[in-house]
Amino acid sequence: MHWFANPARFVRLADKILPVAFPMTLVLMGAGLYLALFASPADYQQGDSVRIMYIHVPSAYLALFAYMVMAASGFSTLVWRHPLADVAGKAAAPIGLCFTGLALATGSIWGKPMWGTWWEWDARLTSMLVLFFLYLGYIALWGAFEDRSKAARAAAILALIGVINIPIIKFSVDWWTTLHQPASLFRMGGPTIDPSMRPPLYVMLAAFQFYFITIWLWRIKAELASVRINALRLQLIRVKRDAS
Amino acid sequence: MLTAFLALIKRDIHLGYAQGGAAGLVIAFYAVTVTLFPFAVGPDAESLAPIAGGVLWIAALLSALLSLDRLFQADFEDGALEALTSGPLPLGLMALAKAIAHWLSMLLPLIVLSPLFAQLLHLDGKATWVLVFALLCGTPALSLIGAAASALTVAMRRGGALVALLVLPLYIPTLIFGVGAVEAVSGAGSVSANLSLLAGVSLIFAVMGPLAAAGALKLALE
Repeated sequence: MHWFANPARFVRLADKILPVAFPMTLVLMGAGLYLALFASPADYQQGDSVRIMYIHVPSAYLALFAYMVMAASGFSTLVWRHPLADVAGKAAAPIGLCFTGLALATGSIWGKPMWGTWWEWDARLTSMLVLFFLYLGYIALWGAFEDRSKAARAAAILALIGVINIPIIKFSVDWWTTLHQPASLFRMGGPTIDPSMRPPLYVMLAAFQFYFITIWLWRIKAELASVRINALRLQLIRVKRDAS
Repeated sequence: MLTAFLALIKRDIHLGYAQGGAAGLVIAFYAVTVTLFPFAVGPDAESLAPIAGGVLWIAALLSALLSLDRLFQADFEDGALEALTSGPLPLGLMALAKAIAHWLSMLLPLIVLSPLFAQLLHLDGKATWVLVFALLCGTPALSLIGAAASALTVAMRRGGALVALLVLPLYIPTLIFGVGAVEAVSGAGSVSANLSLLAGVSLIFAVMGPLAAAGALKLALE
């Protein structure tokens, strides 16, 4: 962990990972989409709309995974003051927000033919909606500070409050929907997913995971570069002022 | 240390009711908010009674929120917060004292008045008592979570909207269990389970809220 805290060393490592992760994303995404859209059977009840699952489930997975990355980064920001951890958390947040949005959108599109409505206050959709707001709060808090290191630590505290809260929110929403909605028409995926649907789902999950790694590393590198550019600009201004 | 802790609570309650304090305004806000609902959904008991628990909880949530963004801000701006850090109280206990004072001065009066508002919304007798107990068990979490969010935004001039965005998603479990307790009187679920869960959430945040607030205040005072 501490070994990665040096930004220059991290960028060197990222430059080794990216040439693998980026092509892996393309290959797996291509293969996964082929398997999901053409080579897998339609569901006997849901027909072709079951194929939304191959986007929906990996999106929901990344939505949670990105939050865990944010919380882990927040923890290292607060405990070890890693300069890189701030950047890692900040870089993960918009990706998580996008995939939470994507999980909500695909869930809604899937819900229309299955439930007959665009939105159902189903436990999972509702938890995702709350997660969406948690991401918004994190990003808004980052933007609200002028001082970068203070923003990083405030956001880290919020990410940790959030991560302890997610199980409580999840539990309360489950409890709430079992009270209000005794029989759901349809349970998403669940343990009884047909074996023929598993390979495309696993390939898509791997593709999304590599996509996350690629984008996340890119964003970290870009953020480190922008910090560096700002520092250089300040230096330039100082040099010019001293010269005049 | 206990003397300092109690003194801080007493001071904050006094300030809440002194000239320029917000405690009276919060009660008025609660009353007006509750009054709006009959206009929105209709005045008859059939439409009001089923939503009364939810309405009173939402009004309590918003009232708590309304008084939160200034929880640390006034003391931060006039330097009192910095002066307090040189006293015997660690930041965490200071945040806890302020959260307790917030609950006693802003939320406890609402709880005392809630049976009256429950009657306006045609909630029946037993459900009213459950509501009062649910508010007693659950609202401490509102002050404690709020203290953390308020500390995070203490140095911002317009922190109010941000506090709302940070705090309201975290209030959802309290809202669910709080309304669940009231609804359990006439329908599905167990009153005591919901009350226990409310108290559980409050207890978790009795630890986490002041800890997070202390971290955030340290940041602001640097």
